Amino acid sequence: MHKLLTVFPEDIYIDIKAPIDKFINFMLQNWSPFFEAVSKSLQLFLNAIGSAVNAIPWWLLIIAVFFASYKVSKKISTSILYSALLFFIGVIGLFDMMYATLAIIIASVIISLLIGLPSGIVMSASKKISIFAVPVLDTMQTMPSFVYLIPAVMLLGLGNVPAVIATTIYALPPVIRLTSHGIRQVDVEVVEAAKAFGSTKMQILFKVQIPQALPTIMAGVNQTIMMAISMVVTCSMIGATGLGSEVIKGINRLESGRGFAAGIAIVIVAIILDRLTQGVFKKNE
Amino acid sequence: MNENNKILKVENLTKMFGSKKLLAREMLKKGLSKNEVLKKTGVTVAVDNVSFEVRQGEIFVLIGLSGSGKSTVIRCLNMLQPPTSGKIYFEGDNIKNYSAKQLREFRRNKVSMVFQNFGLMSHRDVLSNAAYGLEIKGVSKKEREEKAMEIISMVGLSGWEGQSVLNLSGGMRQRVGIARALINNPDVLLMDEPFSALDPLVRREMQFELLSIQEKLNKTIVFITHDIDEAFKLGNNVAIMQDGKIIQTATPEEMMSNPSNSYVKEFTNSADKTHVYSVKNIMITPSCLAHSRNGAKNALKQMYDNGFSSVFVVGDKLRFVGILTLERALAVRNGELSFNDAVYTDVPTTQLETPVSDLIPIAAKSAFPIAVVDNDNRLKGLVTKAAVLASLS
Ligand SMILES: Nc1ncnc2c1ncn2[C@@H]1O[C@H](COP(=O)(O)OP(=O)(O)OP(=O)(O)O)[C@@H](O)[C@H]1O
Ligand SMILES: [Mg+2]
Repeated sequence: MHKLLTVFPEDIYIDIKAPIDKFINFMLQNWSPFFEAVSKSLQLFLNAIGSAVNAIPWWLLIIAVFFASYKVSKKISTSILYSALLFFIGVIGLFDMMYATLAIIIASVIISLLIGLPSGIVMSASKKISIFAVPVLDTMQTMPSFVYLIPAVMLLGLGNVPAVIATTIYALPPVIRLTSHGIRQVDVEVVEAAKAFGSTKMQILFKVQIPQALPTIMAGVNQTIMMAISMVVTCSMIGATGLGSEVIKGINRLESGRGFAAGIAIVIVAIILDRLTQGVFKKNE
Repeated sequence: MNENNKILKVENLTKMFGSKKLLAREMLKKGLSKNEVLKKTGVTVAVDNVSFEVRQGEIFVLIGLSGSGKSTVIRCLNMLQPPTSGKIYFEGDNIKNYSAKQLREFRRNKVSMVFQNFGLMSHRDVLSNAAYGLEIKGVSKKEREEKAMEIISMVGLSGWEGQSVLNLSGGMRQRVGIARALINNPDVLLMDEPFSALDPLVRREMQFELLSIQEKLNKTIVFITHDIDEAFKLGNNVAIMQDGKIIQTATPEEMMSNPSNSYVKEFTNSADKTHVYSVKNIMITPSCLAHSRNGAKNALKQMYDNGFSSVFVVGDKLRFVGILTLERALAVRNGELSFNDAVYTDVPTTQLETPVSDLIPIAAKSAFPIAVVDNDNRLKGLVTKAAVLASLS
């Protein structure tokens, strides 16, 4: 009696670990050709992005950031600051590492958008799908990011490819959510007007709903990018290269300087990407 | 010939919202009221067995109180709302039988709509809003922009074509709405309270604009309003709706001289503007006030500062006391009169909800502006004679 009140009764126990293991094993045994194919094509995609990024010389990137930030901020001081920060990453010897990280981020964001934008559109159009999808997205967003590493590693092993998968899953919810939200928010009278003039469903979508929802959709894209950056260090634990792995090495080898330098570089990348994408959607409003 | 003249014909149109429509229909047949049906079945009967005809080239006005079903009727006319039952003939075709494609063609070429809150696309400029109807038909950019420029100048917006619609005033936005509706050269224009969101002056201007466009283009217009003056000003024929039914359809003159029941009579009675407007619509805030406690000197200063020859006198908590004139104030200063004797207390006052028409005899006699007070005799504002007279026109 006494024990029952202080300790959860051991008799009431359901094993959910074994079925999950079983499921993963089942997938591995029966679906491995599929995962290999996915892994191979992702590797190709990632390589392509990587070489595209690497083809940009360091000075060109700094100049590009200078002009892009001038375009969104209209302030010379801001653009000098951002290009100086980028230059600083080179000064502390991390420009190549940053390129590796950028390749993973860009690949993940592209895949997230390819999946997320259409999903958001579908979700906005159907109440039923939306009722089902909202709790799934909520769960995805509250799940600790580490958890996504497990299936990625189990199914695809270590390296950059599973990192892209984990990052994509983690970064996906905001763009779906805000695309759907943005489209639903469009003034019903405006949509109705488009209908009353004889627009087809596609015309309503592409000529009215999406353009009207664009500021919200772009906010979702911005959030997705920021989520992808926040996965950089986590993903290094499963072997992603770049700035994140510098942080991990810093921890493992007790080299604080190394870890902090990489950390600062990540922050700089995050700030620049955030401001540039935010500037783009502000202009759209 | 006479029959061909009718471009739109609506027969026994009924529209219900809710799932148990069959049950609701049975109940209506048994003579239950709309409210009873709603309570028992959860079905809203928005439009109940409505029939009317619209002649080619006329302005047909639907009028009724909020919730009487006007919007639902007009939205059935282009199938934004599919009717529950009944027939809608456009040039002899029952539009309920149109396929999705035919319906689209109908909307693209024959009928267009103007919305209460304009329904414009804020991401587009005036020109491409106006050209929208042609764009979705696949007309080339050059051709549709030429056409749009023409229509934009017709609605008086030349020079604004490159502006975002967000930079436009309400009246101008609705001009864009009208331009957009005219671009496809439709036969029928559906206008659902197009001027209700505009302030009265702009509204009058737009009514005039609509009449002159109508003069030029001779469109058929179905126009919704809840303002009887607007209805009588624009309509060749007016139909009054109540609780989803049309009670009377007639020309304005007929309706004025021969209302079919007391409800219609009440509506037409209110056609005189002074009945529609109450004091609070035309009152202004007094700029010149004197507190009785502060005496004649202060009252004089108020009058000098504001250039008036009289001033409203108030007591504690803005309670209205009366009016003090310049001569009387001077007399008080010279010691010839006491302040309290000097104030004219025997002046007419009125209340916020009083119809302006009741003020006319008072305003005609009174030498001063009329004070507006609440039940506790607190001063709320004033009404000038000029404002009362202006509301007559
Ligand atoms: N989509 C809908 N679903 C359910 N009920 C509706 C819907 N549209 C309208 N109604 C109901 O139908 C009735 C008629 O509405 P309608 O909008 O046609 O009135 P109205 O005369 O245009 O009023 P207003 O002057 O407020 O625009 C109202 O009781 C309204 O609540
Ligand atoms: Mg309405």
